[in-house]
Amino acid sequence: MATVSEVIPGLARERALALYREMLVIRRTEDALARAHAAGLVHGACHTYVGEEAVAVGVSAHLRPDDTVLSTHRGHGHALAKGMSPHALMAELFGRVTGCSHGRGGSMHLFAPEVGLLGTSGIVGPSILMATGAGYSYRLLGTDRVSVAFFGDGAVNNGAFHEGLNLAAIWRLPVLFVCENNLYATEVPFETVAGNPDVAARGVAYGLPSVRLDGNDVLAVHEAAGEAVRRARRGEGPTLLECRTYRTRAHSEGMRDAGYRTRDEVEAWKARCPIARWRDRLLGAGGVAPSDLDRIDQEVAALVREAAKFAEASPWPDPSTATRNVYTEPRETG
Amino acid sequence: MRELTFTEAAREGLAEEMARDPSVFVVGEGIGTRGGNFNTTAGLFERHGAERLRDTPITERGFTGLCTGAAMTGARPVVDYMFFDFALDALGELLNQTSKIQYMSDGRLRMPIVLRGCVGVGHSAATHHSGSYYPIFTNIPGFRVAVPTTPADAKGLLKTAIRSDDPVVFMEHRALLQTRGPVPDGDYLVPFGRAAVARAGSDVTVVGVAVMVQRAVAAAEVLAREGASIEVIDPRTLAPLDLDTILESVHKTGRLLIADESYGPCGIGAEIAAQVADRGFDDLDAPIRRLNGLHTPIPYSPPLEKAVAPDVEAVLRAIRDLRAE
Repeated sequence: MATVSEVIPGLARERALALYREMLVIRRTEDALARAHAAGLVHGACHTYVGEEAVAVGVSAHLRPDDTVLSTHRGHGHALAKGMSPHALMAELFGRVTGCSHGRGGSMHLFAPEVGLLGTSGIVGPSILMATGAGYSYRLLGTDRVSVAFFGDGAVNNGAFHEGLNLAAIWRLPVLFVCENNLYATEVPFETVAGNPDVAARGVAYGLPSVRLDGNDVLAVHEAAGEAVRRARRGEGPTLLECRTYRTRAHSEGMRDAGYRTRDEVEAWKARCPIARWRDRLLGAGGVAPSDLDRIDQEVAALVREAAKFAEASPWPDPSTATRNVYTEPRETG
Repeated sequence: MRELTFTEAAREGLAEEMARDPSVFVVGEGIGTRGGNFNTTAGLFERHGAERLRDTPITERGFTGLCTGAAMTGARPVVDYMFFDFALDALGELLNQTSKIQYMSDGRLRMPIVLRGCVGVGHSAATHHSGSYYPIFTNIPGFRVAVPTTPADAKGLLKTAIRSDDPVVFMEHRALLQTRGPVPDGDYLVPFGRAAVARAGSDVTVVGVAVMVQRAVAAAEVLAREGASIEVIDPRTLAPLDLDTILESVHKTGRLLIADESYGPCGIGAEIAAQVADRGFDDLDAPIRRLNGLHTPIPYSPPLEKAVAPDVEAVLRAIRDLRAE
């Protein structure tokens, strides 16, 4: 039932603009990180999420602060969408003590449990298993919290996918499995390494409700994720979302992005940019003026400029802390 | 004091902790209504039900990763691998995630997980049911490694392990599971990082690991009749390692033998020898000696199996050789 505050049936104006803003925060932060990487300010890898923003944003819009996310090496977008500031993300890649992992992680090991980000990972697959375990925990402890695993098509051919989906299904755990099928596992075309490239069909094989959708359509992701989160919270078990999307930058900044896909293909996907599409949709629906979105653009640009300044001005970690928190408890001897 | 078997004592510790803390749960194959292949959970399913005594599919990597996630989010899982060899399917999760999450999150996430299973040579269990893998885990930052050798320690160390916020590898040697001994009633905890003097002596120090503690004590009793006084140290936990107790003993005896059924290269004995050489060199009257199982996968046939693991006779020979140095 539409109300005057809705720009699109079922979607409040405030939420619609927040989706736009969140996607833009990711895009602008990634652009800034790519520039910083080229300038030598990022010390290790830098896997950007450019082109895939609708997935993280559409899913995270339904999560409470106490719901949790486990993610991948391409996790900047998940971290920002779950509530991490661009400041903490950029400072982490710059290796500074103000970074989300206090300089221990870099691009691939982002931790912010205070906003429900339980970690991104440099290993493909574990996010699926640990998110399943968080779901186990939430049910054992009698809460209605929900756990989310983000992973790529590369993880779908890994044993963790098989084991985790089966465990979540047999125990009806409150977990949302979000596959970002960006068509390439690193630089290997998924279709050439998948006996059955239909990821959603694989979910069905494990007894999970599974949905394939356009991962560059934030509204589609938002709707499907909303239903999956509600099911999980009601105790009705896990769901698999296969979000077809595309990364438009190289696997990792500075890597040669050739020999496995064509320029035409990349350009075709750039034309399906989820942010531009959402902007057009909002303007076409009425109720949102170009100036509303332009104002958001300016706010986000300022936020990211400030984040980059903050990161560059932040201090380095103290080398004497290099072994802190290997253990919770003090080492008694040895 | 009443006597229990090693397995009964460990189970009592687990039962007490499960009654005390509703966030403790156990996963494994056949640990539900069946009570565990080694009776590790007998009688507990009836008390606590399926969610806390969770029979799993044969999916070690899966339930290890699951329990890692559960431990990060408020639960206290006990993973019962039955045989620790099976945990090797989960090494990626254990070494890349379980042991590192506390560090990577800079202490904002905890990892209260117990990883338990049976280890050791015996019963013609052969290659895939006889491994002892404690040196691997001792090498990795983040793990606590407990290797109890008495029923009382099985109970006290398991209770400490379940209450620990660090991941604890808890390895139970198969040859010890049915041994009996006195076990304190009630809330009995053994701290990590405190070695036990299993037998006091003054001529030679033998540090035993797992079943080799019992074999060293048996050898010491034989040698006592020959007038030699052998001190046997049981580290009880390998991480943290109580080097001070070993150094005090070596200060007294001047001679050190480390007896361990697992492999010599890069093993526990190598580490203890290096640390004693570093910190106790002036106390040594003879080279440090190691006695290890042969560096080979574990064979099946009884004479082959007997050939690869040091028995009491082998300990006797090693001590006599060391005394002659």
